[in-house]
Amino acid sequence: MRATRHGGVLETEALIIGGGATGTGVMRDLALRGIHCILIDRRDLNAGASGGNHGLLHSGARYAVGDPDTAAECRREGDILKAVAPECIDACGGLFVAVEGDDPEYAERFSEHCRTAGIECTTVTPAEARELEPCLSEKVFAAYRVPDATVDPFRITLENVNHAQQLTQSLFLAHTELERFVVDDGTVRSAICRDTRTGETITIRARQVVNAAGAWAMRVARLAGCSGVELLYSKGTLIISNARIGRRVINRLRRPGDGDILVPGGTVSLLGTTSETVQSLDDVHPTVAEVDRLVAEGVAMVPQIAHTRFIRAFSGVRPLLMAAGADADGRKASRGFSLFDHESDGLANFATVAGGKLTTFRLMAEKTGDLVARRLGNSEPCKTASTPLPSADAIRWTEPGFAPRYWAARREPGDLIVCECEMVPASAIDSIVENAPGADSQMSLNAIAVRSRVGKGTCQGAFCSLRLTSHLYDRQVYDSPAGLRHTRDFVAQRFKGVAPVAWGEHLPQLELAEALHCGLLGLDHLAEDT
Amino acid sequence: MIKQPRHHRAELLVIGSGLAGMAASLFALDRGVEVALVGNTGAIAFTTGYLDLLGYDGKGLVHDPWQALARLREDEPRHPLGNVAEDDIRDAFTRFTRALTEMGLGYAAPGPRNVLALTPAGTLKPTLSLPLTMQPALAAMARGLDTLVVDFIGLNGFSARELVANLAPRWPGLRTQRIGFPDMDSGAEVYAEVLARALEVPATRQRLAERIRPLLGSAKALGLPAILGVHRPDHVHRELQSLLGVPVFEIPTMPPAVPGVRLRELFETRLPQRGVALEPQHKVKRLELLPQGITARLEDPYGEVTIEAAAAVLATGRFTSGGLSADSDRIRETLANLAVVQPEGRAAWHRADYFDPRGHGINRAGVTVDERWRPLDAAGKPAHPRLFAAGSLLAHQDWIRQRCGAGLAIATAYKAVDAALARG
Repeated sequence: MRATRHGGVLETEALIIGGGATGTGVMRDLALRGIHCILIDRRDLNAGASGGNHGLLHSGARYAVGDPDTAAECRREGDILKAVAPECIDACGGLFVAVEGDDPEYAERFSEHCRTAGIECTTVTPAEARELEPCLSEKVFAAYRVPDATVDPFRITLENVNHAQQLTQSLFLAHTELERFVVDDGTVRSAICRDTRTGETITIRARQVVNAAGAWAMRVARLAGCSGVELLYSKGTLIISNARIGRRVINRLRRPGDGDILVPGGTVSLLGTTSETVQSLDDVHPTVAEVDRLVAEGVAMVPQIAHTRFIRAFSGVRPLLMAAGADADGRKASRGFSLFDHESDGLANFATVAGGKLTTFRLMAEKTGDLVARRLGNSEPCKTASTPLPSADAIRWTEPGFAPRYWAARREPGDLIVCECEMVPASAIDSIVENAPGADSQMSLNAIAVRSRVGKGTCQGAFCSLRLTSHLYDRQVYDSPAGLRHTRDFVAQRFKGVAPVAWGEHLPQLELAEALHCGLLGLDHLAEDT
Repeated sequence: MIKQPRHHRAELLVIGSGLAGMAASLFALDRGVEVALVGNTGAIAFTTGYLDLLGYDGKGLVHDPWQALARLREDEPRHPLGNVAEDDIRDAFTRFTRALTEMGLGYAAPGPRNVLALTPAGTLKPTLSLPLTMQPALAAMARGLDTLVVDFIGLNGFSARELVANLAPRWPGLRTQRIGFPDMDSGAEVYAEVLARALEVPATRQRLAERIRPLLGSAKALGLPAILGVHRPDHVHRELQSLLGVPVFEIPTMPPAVPGVRLRELFETRLPQRGVALEPQHKVKRLELLPQGITARLEDPYGEVTIEAAAAVLATGRFTSGGLSADSDRIRETLANLAVVQPEGRAAWHRADYFDPRGHGINRAGVTVDERWRPLDAAGKPAHPRLFAAGSLLAHQDWIRQRCGAGLAIATAYKAVDAALARG
C-alpha cells in the first residue's frame, strides 16, 4: 500500500509517533510484516533520549544487582542486535572495576548476580585489568570482564527507517508535530498534525496508532484521553572527550551513580551519566555543575580524565516508568518497559510503548508489532530477531572514520572536504540531502548533522557549518536568507553542549567562533522571516 | 646552524603584533622613538580588512559611531573606548589609516558615519573604514547597479550564490557566475592566498580578465572574493578595473583570508624598514619587570633573544592570541601576572543562549588599567610604573558583539603609547 495524499490528508495502516529507536523499531517491525506505516516526529530522528545517550549496548551487567529481569533482557537483546546489525555495533567488551573506597561486598556479589542473569562474567586481577586498559587507576581492587558493546544509535534508527521505506514504502515525516486526535466511537480516526517549518496542517488517517514518543509519551497518551501512562523524567548528562580513552566500556563496580561509565564511541569516549529528576522536558541542557561532577567522579576510575580535553556535553531525558507507589528516584526506577493497549481507556486502535532502554528497543518494537499486527488481522510473525538490517549509501555517514576512508579511497580531487575535523566530503552531504531517510527540501544543518559526523569533531561545527552552508547554497538546497537562519540555529544548538566544557584549549576556539559568527557574519542580527 | 644569543635595546617594547601592537608601533615611530615589536600575529589573520569603530551598542545598529561613543561614555563608563576622548580616537584612526595607505594598503579615510559593508554570507556589517579594494561595493549597492559576482571552482567556503541569495532582497541587480581560475581549474581545492599571489603577475590578470569579460553582459560592476594581490592590492585592483572597464570590488572570504595576510606582511616588511626591531613569530617566554626597566626573553630558531626597554606596551590580546588563558574555574593573564576582572565561576562565563544580545560574561573579562593606561596587579596597583596595556586584553568591553575591535585596538594603542612616552 502507498500513502495517498489528497488535500493535506495522508492515509496509512499504522501511524507511529516518535522517531527514536523504539518508534523506528516499530516501523521496521511492522514493515517486515508487510504493513505500511507513517512515522512522525515533531523534530527529527533521535531528537530525544535515542540521541542523548552513551550508545552503550548493555551486557546487562550494570543491572545485574538491582534489576535482574532487565539485566537478562539486555543480555538476550544485545546478542540479537550483534547478529542482525553488526555494522552498527562495536563489540568492544567491557570491564567493571571497583576502586578504593567502593563497597567490597557489592563487588563480591557482582559476579554471582551476573551468573543468575546469564551474563558471562570473568574475574580479572587488578594488574590484568590495567594491562587491558592502561588508563585505569592504580587504586582498582576488583575487576570483571563482561560482554558490553557499543551501538551507534543514529545509524540504527536510520537503518530501521531505510528498511521500512524499502519494504512497504512507509514514510517518515520529520518536523511534524501531533496537535490532536480525532476520536470517534472508541477509535482514533485521524491525527491532526502541523508541519513546524511551514505551519501547514497535515491530517493522517490510520487504522492503528502507536505512541512511541519516549519522554513525550505521557503527553501523547493524554491527547488521546488516556491517563494511565505515568513517566518519571530523569535527566542524564554526559561529556565527550577529544580522543578515545579506553578500548572497552569501563564501568564502576558500585551502585549506579554519576561519572561511573566511560564508553568508547569510535574516535572519542563518553563519560556519564548524571541522573536528576526534572519536571519539564523543555530546554533540557547540560550544566557546568553536572560536567564538574562527572569529571570529579570519573577521575577515581580513570585519573587522566582530570587533564582530558572534553569537546562537548549533552543531556537526554530517560523516560522511566513510574510504578505505583514508587519513589521519585531515577536511579532506582525500573529500566523495564510497558506496552499499554489502552483497551481499558475504551480505545481499540491505540497503543503506547514506554520506558525501556536503547538496548531493548527491538523487543519493545516486537511486542508492539505483535499487538498492532493482531489488531490489523495480520498474522505474520515478528522477523526482526533474525532479519539483518540492510545498509545503504546515504546512511553510512554517522560511523566515525568512515568518511575519511571513503574520501581517501575515492581520490576525487573535486570532492572538497566540508567538515575538516571529521573529513566529511561534499559528496557525502549530497548523498544525505538526496537520499537519507527524512531528506527534504531546504534540509536544515541540524538534520544533516543527525545523519553524518558533521559538527561532531573538535570544532563542534563552528567552522564546518559555514562551509556546509556555502555548499548547500551552491547546490541550491538553500536559495534565500532562510539558509543562514539554519546556520544560526545549528551553531546556537551546538553551543549549548560546548559552553559547559569550555575551558583551556576550548576557549580560543570558542572566542574565534563567536568572532566569525557574530563579528564577521552578523548571525546575532539576522533579519527574521516576515 | 649556530645558535647565538642576541640582545636588543629599545625605548619602547611592544608585546603582541596584532592590530593593537602594530598600531602602537606606528604611533611610537611617528614620535621618533626606537621600537621593538615582539609576539606572534595571533588573530590578525582572521580580519576581514574592515576597520570597525563601534557597530552595535545597547540600542542596536550604530549609524553614527561618534554619537554612540558619547552614549557609551554614559552607559558603560568603564569601557576602554569610553576613556579615550573623541578627538584622540579621530586622530588615532586617521593616522592609522593614513599610515597603511602610505605603505601601499589603501584605506578610505574614516567618515562621520558607519557604512554597511558586505560579508561573505551576504549579510551587512557596520564598519567605519574599508580597504580601497572593497570600497566600490558601497556605491554599487547604494545605486542597485546590475552587478556580477564571480566565484571560483575549488574555492571552498566562498559561495557567490550564498551572497546573492542573502543580498537579493535589497540588491536585486545581482547575479553570479562560477569560473575556473587560470591554470588552477582542475576542480581541486584552491586557496585564496595562492590566487592572490598569482594575480600579482600581469599575465594572470590578463587571462582572468579574458575569462570574466564575456560574462559581464549588462553588469555595471564586478564583485570578486578578496584575491586581488597580497603586496600591491591597490595596483592589482586598478589594473583589473582598467582591463574590464567596470568598477571592481573585493568581498572578504572566510578567514584566514587575504586581507589579514596583507596586513601581516605589510607590517613585517615595512616596520623593519622604518627601524623597528621585529620578532614577529615568537611569543615572549618571560617578562621581567625590573626597577630599571622591562626585559623580555624569547627564543627563535637562531637562539635566545633578550630585549631591554625603558617601557613596554602589553597588547597580547585575548584567548585566541594567548594573552588570556583559563583552567576550569579561573581566567589568568599569561605574561605579567596581572589581575583579571572576571565573572565568578565558570557557570557565569557564558549565557545559556549563544546569541543572547547582552553578550557573554567572559567577553568582558580582562585586565584593568589606571588613568595612565597601566595595568593593575592583584593588589590594585600598577604592575610596573612603565608597563602599559592596550587592545582586546582590556576588560569591560565586548569587541565581538560591539563590533569595535579595530577602534579599541587603535584608540587604546594611541593612548598607551602617549602615556608610555610622557615625561614626568
